Amino acid sequence: MYGYAGRMLIVDLTSKETKIEAIPEGFCRKFIGGNGFSISLLSKYQKPGIDPLSPDNILIFAVGPFCGTVIPTSAKYVIQAKSPLTGFQGKSIGSSFWSLAFRRAGYDALLIKGRAEKPTYLFIDDDIIEFCDAKELWGRDCWETDRIIRDTVSDDNVRVATIGPAGEKLVRFASIVSDHHHEDDGRTGMGAVMGSKQLKAVAVRGSKTVEVANIDELLDLCREYYKKIAKGLTTTIMKDLGSIGTGMEYLSNCATPIRNFQGTDPFKESTLMKEDVRKISTKWMQDQYIHRSIACAACPIGCDHIDFIRAGPYNGITYKIEYQGMYALGTNCGIWYLPAIIKAEQLCDKLGIDVISTGVVIAWAMECFEKEILTVKETGGTDLSFGNYEALIDIIPKIANREGVGDVLAEGVKRASEKIGKDSEKFAMHSKGLEFPGFDVRGLKATALSFAVSTRGADHISAAVFGPEIRGRINRFRFEKGQGEFVAEKENNLTIYDLLMICKFSGNLWMNVYSDLAHLYNLVTGIPLTVKELITAGERVWNMGKIYNMREGWTRKDDTLPPRVFDDPIPNGCAKGSHLTKEEFDSMLDEYYTVRGWTTDGVPTKKKLIELKLSDVAEEVGV
Amino acid sequence: MQRKFVVSEPEKCTGCGICELVCSGVKEGGFNPLLSRIRMARTEPFANMAIACRLCETPKCVKSCPRKALTADEKTGVILVDEQKCDGCRWCMEACEFGVIFVHKDKKISTVCDLCQLNPKCVAFCPQEALQLMTGEELGQRMRKRAFRKLISETPEAKRTSKSSKDT
Repeated sequence: MYGYAGRMLIVDLTSKETKIEAIPEGFCRKFIGGNGFSISLLSKYQKPGIDPLSPDNILIFAVGPFCGTVIPTSAKYVIQAKSPLTGFQGKSIGSSFWSLAFRRAGYDALLIKGRAEKPTYLFIDDDIIEFCDAKELWGRDCWETDRIIRDTVSDDNVRVATIGPAGEKLVRFASIVSDHHHEDDGRTGMGAVMGSKQLKAVAVRGSKTVEVANIDELLDLCREYYKKIAKGLTTTIMKDLGSIGTGMEYLSNCATPIRNFQGTDPFKESTLMKEDVRKISTKWMQDQYIHRSIACAACPIGCDHIDFIRAGPYNGITYKIEYQGMYALGTNCGIWYLPAIIKAEQLCDKLGIDVISTGVVIAWAMECFEKEILTVKETGGTDLSFGNYEALIDIIPKIANREGVGDVLAEGVKRASEKIGKDSEKFAMHSKGLEFPGFDVRGLKATALSFAVSTRGADHISAAVFGPEIRGRINRFRFEKGQGEFVAEKENNLTIYDLLMICKFSGNLWMNVYSDLAHLYNLVTGIPLTVKELITAGERVWNMGKIYNMREGWTRKDDTLPPRVFDDPIPNGCAKGSHLTKEEFDSMLDEYYTVRGWTTDGVPTKKKLIELKLSDVAEEVGV
Repeated sequence: MQRKFVVSEPEKCTGCGICELVCSGVKEGGFNPLLSRIRMARTEPFANMAIACRLCETPKCVKSCPRKALTADEKTGVILVDEQKCDGCRWCMEACEFGVIFVHKDKKISTVCDLCQLNPKCVAFCPQEALQLMTGEELGQRMRKRAFRKLISETPEAKRTSKSSKDT
């Protein structure tokens, strides 16, 4: 088999046993790779109803068939387990040299069971699997751990995916960090699952060659893509400013949440002058902060921008900033001082916590502080007022280490608000327990639907319909017929990216995305694949995620949004007054479920599952 | 004729490693950075560059080879490996100050950049245009321009210069 390694590695931490199993071609054809592999393996190996932080949870890493080749942005990998944050499908996608090394070690998937009796790290050296003592690493941050492991084996070709103190302390939104940075590698608390297994890191060294079916044509084609990508509009924005560049569209169109969704008008909310806000979106920022851009493995774009702070209290900090970080740790906390946001983002990545969840839970705490639900007594003397960036920098390590008020915040905004009570649930911005990414869905209604129905909770990259909304392709303020279908279609299509494990920022790189991808799949694996088959595979895997959630107790009432989305209209800016009504939201759900071929309760019908060749799964959940 | 070699610009390099994948793909028919003639060097995540054979005028690898397996092509300067004579002792690796000659893990003989008949594929593919095939004189011109810009970087002229002139 070309493209695929055709093997998966099963590691039992309790018994210290390892096993290599073949992945049959039929399985590859049906589930394509990446998320397709991980969700089928998770459904198969993990028993329903378990505690996500118990040894019964299964942690899966998987790569796609393009991994290790020259196909642009093909270094993505997916981590799955039952989420300690949502209790449903946990999934986070990262991108680094780790996945390439893992693929070259000769695996498509890694399945981790049980719990080590003492802190351990795993070293996968091609076919040799070692359980190493992590006593010296326990308590250290992600970057130190990375450095120490590489120094211990004395080889920079070793790549490390690790948790920080937050994962060890079972912070429910702890992330897994590889190669010193993580893209979207942080969501749904996969780091806490790893920590609960006393597994500090997975180090990999791969020396095998990745072989493809038709290398000459593949190289020629990829060269075309590289040439095209250098000129594309999105690429230019990504290259110049990273995701901040596209994100500015949302800020200036009042779609970026400010002060825990209490405002969206940056000109009114910011203490800066109008001109200063504008400046952020221009070359000014580039000249002021941006030092250099770096890329994930095999990525011709390079959206990560390394900023270098030259003055002020955070002088000398060199780290990146991207849109979700700017929203979560910045505007949403009422903070507009960029060096502090950059510093905070660096802290999150070092300590191993998800940037979005961290920002949203802090913003929630800040609103509690504003409403005197939390006082200096509870915060341990910290003045948690909106805009206090020193408090932000102060509280992030407290969350990661579960110290003081950080202990309750480490539970995530859903559990924290339930614990604190006093109506603070009303402004806890999450869906299914996963904190909101940086889009004010009251003024982006198709996005509101996608946040509610996504199988991993409030998820901006499952459908990513905010782009067409902000650019006016569909009405952002009113839910119109056809938008439910649009969301479902986009979900199926974007799932394909997660099967082949390529980046969702690759957007305008492709000429005709799905036929291009099907063709590339054929060049890599030698297996013929039609566009229709590819899109069906996307729909199949989306339904698998849904079925998994049903097993874990999902019902229609879980597909919902926080009260603020319904009760508090947007207070200012060009989206002023916009909010969702219950009736509107119900009609959105109804349309979406119908388009999906599901019942009004949101349950996939037997007919649909047979059509997707999932009849075995249908039997399992009894539909 | 002046010798040409592959030059990498750390200012442009994003550390994506595409050059390594392309090189191994073209030369070995499969993707594996361990078989690449050009290698990435990363001292920290933010500082990257790629290094290939410098085509030294008096190559130490050639001098050092105890079996006379290495010679430098008179015209291009490319290091030629006599597969019969080379036994993979890695002495050339000790001699090379750039770490760009290596022993092929399967063929067990010394392997080094051959410039792909003066049309290096790493240069052709590099999406950041951070790699160039150039002569020593061309490199010198670039470095002099850069030094000059640094000298006047605080003045308004600098901004104009950096916008109008290409860094070649």
